[in-house]
Amino acid sequence: MRPVIVQFDQQRFRHPKSPMRIRISHATSYHYESPPKSVTQVLRLTPRNDDGQFVVNWRVEVSQDCQLHQHEDAFGNVSHVFSAEGPFDELSVTVAGEVDTHDTHGIVSGAIERFPPGLYLRETALTTPDAAIIDFAEATRAEAGADALTLLHALMMGVNDEMTFDVEPTHVETTAAEAFAGRRGVCQDGTHILIAAARHLGIPARYVSGHFYREDDVTAQDAGHAWAEAYVDKLGWVGFDPTNGISPTEAHVRVAVSLDYLGAAPVRGTRYGGGGETLKVMIDVDQASWQSQS
Amino acid sequence: MAAAFDEMKGHDGDEIRPAYGELSRWLSEVPPDVLDYRRREAELIFRRIGITFAVYGEADATERLIPFDVIPRIMSGSEWRLLEKGLTQRVNALNMFIKDVYGAREILRAGIIPEDLVYRNPAFRPEMNGQRVPHDIYVHIAGIDIIRVDAETFYVLEDNARTPSGVSYMLENREIMMRLFPELFSRHRIAPVENYPDELLRSLKSVAPLSTPREPTVVLLTPGVFNSAYYEHSFLADKLGVELVEGRDLFVKDEIVYMRTTQGPQRVDVIYRRVDDDFIDPLTFRSDSVLGVPGLMSAYAAGNVTLANAVGTGIADDKAVYSFMPQIVKFYLGEEPLLKNVPTWRCREEEHLKYVLDHLPELVVKEVHGSGGYGMLIGPTASKIAIEQFRAKLKAAPNNFIAQPTLALSTSPTCVEEGVAPRHVDLRPFVLTGRNGVRIVPGGLTRVALKKGSLVVNSSQGGGTKDTWVLDG
Amino acid sequence: MLSRTADNLYWLSRYVERAEYLARILDATQRLSALPLAYVGASNEWESAVLTAGCATGFFKLYDEANEENVTDYLAFSTANSSSIRSCFEAARHNARAVRTALTMEMWDAINGTWLELKRYGNGPTSREEFSRFLRWVQESSLRYDGSAYRTMLRSDAYWFSRLGVYMERADNTARILDVKYHLLLPDNERVGGPLDYFQWAAILRSVSALTAYHWVYRDSLKPWLVADLLILKDELPRSLSSCYEAIVRNLDQIAGTYGRQGAAQRQARGMRTRLQNSKMDGIFQRGLHEFIGEFITENNRLGGAITEQFLL
Repeated sequence: MRPVIVQFDQQRFRHPKSPMRIRISHATSYHYESPPKSVTQVLRLTPRNDDGQFVVNWRVEVSQDCQLHQHEDAFGNVSHVFSAEGPFDELSVTVAGEVDTHDTHGIVSGAIERFPPGLYLRETALTTPDAAIIDFAEATRAEAGADALTLLHALMMGVNDEMTFDVEPTHVETTAAEAFAGRRGVCQDGTHILIAAARHLGIPARYVSGHFYREDDVTAQDAGHAWAEAYVDKLGWVGFDPTNGISPTEAHVRVAVSLDYLGAAPVRGTRYGGGGETLKVMIDVDQASWQSQS
Repeated sequence: MAAAFDEMKGHDGDEIRPAYGELSRWLSEVPPDVLDYRRREAELIFRRIGITFAVYGEADATERLIPFDVIPRIMSGSEWRLLEKGLTQRVNALNMFIKDVYGAREILRAGIIPEDLVYRNPAFRPEMNGQRVPHDIYVHIAGIDIIRVDAETFYVLEDNARTPSGVSYMLENREIMMRLFPELFSRHRIAPVENYPDELLRSLKSVAPLSTPREPTVVLLTPGVFNSAYYEHSFLADKLGVELVEGRDLFVKDEIVYMRTTQGPQRVDVIYRRVDDDFIDPLTFRSDSVLGVPGLMSAYAAGNVTLANAVGTGIADDKAVYSFMPQIVKFYLGEEPLLKNVPTWRCREEEHLKYVLDHLPELVVKEVHGSGGYGMLIGPTASKIAIEQFRAKLKAAPNNFIAQPTLALSTSPTCVEEGVAPRHVDLRPFVLTGRNGVRIVPGGLTRVALKKGSLVVNSSQGGGTKDTWVLDG
Repeated sequence: MLSRTADNLYWLSRYVERAEYLARILDATQRLSALPLAYVGASNEWESAVLTAGCATGFFKLYDEANEENVTDYLAFSTANSSSIRSCFEAARHNARAVRTALTMEMWDAINGTWLELKRYGNGPTSREEFSRFLRWVQESSLRYDGSAYRTMLRSDAYWFSRLGVYMERADNTARILDVKYHLLLPDNERVGGPLDYFQWAAILRSVSALTAYHWVYRDSLKPWLVADLLILKDELPRSLSSCYEAIVRNLDQIAGTYGRQGAAQRQARGMRTRLQNSKMDGIFQRGLHEFIGEFITENNRLGGAITEQFLL
C-alpha cells in the first residue's frame, strides 16, 4: 500500500487581507545505481496553520511500500518517518497541496510554540558566531541603535548586502561562519548568519524552512526557501528574509521552525546498503486559482 | 587548609577508627615485602586481563593500566546507611528535575533555576521536550562522586547522570582482592558487590516499554572497540548476559528497534547505551555520526524502546546546575538534602564572580561542562602565572566556570614507594533506579591520588583505585 | 547471535585459513624453483604462485614480472596486498577483537599471540632459511588457532559459523590451485609431460598438504588423474572439495537444526555436496576439467553470498 495522508479536508477559507492561494508541489527523487537494502527518512514537509496561513489541503506520498508515521516534533513541526525495504532503484517523496496566505507584515501569531523565546538563544554548531559575525553584529548595532525591530531590519539588510547568492560554494553542512567568510551562499547560509548575529546580540532567533512564491512567475525551483524569525518584545515572532531583503509576506509559506537548518531540514535520511545515489529535487510554487465550493 | 581527616586514624592520627581495627592489626603484622609482592601480583593479573581485553597494542602499544592499590578503603555499616539514604534522595530528586525540565518546567517558572542555564546549556536536548519515558525514570544509572572531610561530613562533588563509567573496576577490584587476600577477608564481614550486574539487569528490565508483551530484550550499545571504555562495555555485557551491539547492529523499522541476528531481526526493548546523545541518532542529532541508529529517536518518541540513561540527562551533570542541587531536592521532595553540596560560586553571577576573582589562590575553579579533571585551576597549588592566565580565561567567559573552596579530601592508607602512607581519596557509588525504586550495591569505586599531597584522583591524571569495603552490621 | 558477531567469526577463520594456504603455496614454490631447470621446465613458478594465490591483478599493477623477491614480499609481507599473510593475520585479529567475548581465552591467545609475533618478522626475512622458518610458523599459528577453536569452543552457532569460514575458504583455495594447474592434470598430459611433471604434481599436493596422503590412499606413483581425484572427490582428504562440502553441509545443518529453519544456503550447499558425491573422475574429464573447476568456483562464491545474505547481514 502506498501511504497517502490527507492532512486536511478540502475547505475554503478566505482571509480578509491580501489573500493568496499558493499551490505547492515538492518532489524529492533518488536514483540508486546499486539498490539499497533499506532507506529511512525523517520528513519535515508539512505546513501547519497560523494566523497568516491556512492549509487547505496537503498530502504526502512515498513511492515505495511503507508505513508513514506522523508525529509532532519537539518544536511543534509535523514530521513523518518511514523506512522502506529495498531493493529498489528509485525512491521519491512527493508532497503537494494548497495554502491560503495573507500578509501579516512579517508578524507570526497563532503558531504552535513549544518553547519560550529564551530557548532560541542557544548556540548550535551551524550558528556559532565567529569574530567576523560578531564584528558585523556589533557594528550594525552601533549604527542602528538598540531598538530591536530597527536593529533586526538593519541586520537583515546587512546580510542581504554582504552576501551574493551562489549555489556553488556552500552545502547543507556549511556553518554561518564559513559562509560569511566566503560572502557567497544560498538562503540557508544568509539565514544562519542572521540568526548567529541576532543571538549574539541577545535576540532570540530561529530558522524557518518553507516556500516562496516568486512574483516573476518562475514557478519551478530546485530548492526550498528559508528565512529567520526573531523575537521582539510586544510583537512576538517576526520574520526576516535576508535573501530577499524583506519581511515575509503572503508569498511565504512556513513549513518548519527550529534552531538551525538541521532541525528544520525538509528531509533527513539514511540508507543501508546500496550506492551510486543521485538526488533530484523539483519544487513548484504557483498561485492557485480560487475555487468556489457550493 | 587544615590537616585532612584520615579514614583509619581520624583527625589527630592517634586513634584507630573501629572499622579499620582489623586492617590496622593486619598491616602491622604483614611484612612489607609481602604487600609489595601482592601489589606486583595484582598488576600482573590486571595486565593479563588488559592483554586479553583492553585497547592494547594499536601500534604505539601498551595501554596504561590504572594503578591498583591493594589496601582497601573501609566504611562501617552505619556510615554506609547514611550515604545510602542521601544518595537515594539525591537521585530521586535528579529524576524529578529532569522530568520537569523536559515537561512542565515548574522549577524554571518558580524562578529557582535561571531559564538560560537550562535552555542555553549544550547538555539540554530540546528534542526531548515533552517526551515521556517509562515510569518517569531518566537516570537509571548514576555515579555520584562523594568526598569526605571528617567523621560525619560527606559532600557530593559531582553528579554523573550521563553514562557514568568505572563500575567494572569496582567489580574487578573486589575479585582481585578476594584472590590475593583471602585471610584478610575472613577477618571481616564485607557486604558483597558482585550482585551488581544482576541488580543492573533487573533495573533495566523493569523499565522496559509498557507495551513490551514478553520478557524484554536488553542490549548494551557501545561506540565500538576504539572507545576507551570498550573493555568495560564488553565486561558488563558479558556479566549481564546481553548482546554487546554497535549502532550498525540495530535498525528501526516502523518505529520498532531490531537487532540483526543470524536468525533474522530480533526486537530490542531496552538499550543500555554507552554512546553519547550527540551520536545516538544521525537523523536527529549529529548527522555525521556513524555510531548511532538512524530513526532511534522516533522509536523512542513512540514509546517502543527505553534508553538507559535517557537522552538529555547530561543537564544534571552541569556544575552550575549542580550548585542548585540543595534547592532542587527541596523543591521536588520538600526535604532537607541529606548529602551536602560543596559550597559553590557561580561565576555567571556578578557578585560570585567578584568574590572568585578576589580569592583565586584559595579556590578550585572548574569548567561547568568539564569532566576528568581537565581545564580546572587548583588555586593553592597553581603558580602565579597560571593563576593570572586563568583569570583572563575566567573573565572572558565567566558563564563557563564555577568555583569551590579547596577541600581537604579524607585520606586512606595506601601502599606507595616509601611504604604505607595516607593518600587522598574520593568515592563513586553507583546508584540504580528501576520501577521498584533505588538500589545501591554497598561499595563503589574509590579513587586515590597516588602523589603525595595531590587532590586530583582522576585516572587520567595519575590517580589509582582501591577496593571499597562496606562492613556488615 | 548478532549477525556481526557471526560475520566476524566467519571471517576470522577464513583469514587464518588463507594465511596458512599462502604459506603452503610459497613453500611449494620455493621447493620447485630450487630445482634445476631440467626438472621443472621453463615455466615461471613465481608467477604461477601469484595466480594460485588469486592476487595477479593487484600484483601486476605493482610489478612487471614475478620473481622470488617481489612475490615473497607481496604474498607474505606486503601491506599493499589485502590478502598477504600479514594482512590476513591483521584482519583476523581485527575481527577477533571485535568479538572478543565470543572467543575462548585460548582462541584469543592464539590469534593475539600470532599478531604480536608477526611484528618480530618486521618487513621480511633476511635469508631463505629465515623465510622457511617464517612459513612454518605461519602454518603452526594456523594449527594452533584451529586446534584451540576445536578443543575449547562451545558447540553452538558461534562454533558452526567459525567452522563454516574454515571450509568455505579451504574449498576456494583448493579449487584455485586446480584452476591454475588443471592443464598438468589432464590425462593425456602424461605423454607430453614425462618425468618433469612429477615435481609439479608433487608441488600441487604439497600445497594442500596431501603428498603423503596420496601414497596412503592410492599406493601408487603420482598420476595426474589420481591427483585430481584426490583433490576433488576423496572424502578422506581434509582439503578435497568433497570433504570441504561434507563439512559445510554438516555445519549448515547444525545451524538450521538449532534455528529450526532451513534456508537458501543450506539447500545450495546440499546440492553441491550431492553433485560432488555423484561425480566420477572420468565423467569430469569428459565434460572438461577446466569447466568443472570454473563452475565450482562460481558456485562456491554463490554459496558464500547466500551465507552472507541469510545470516551475516
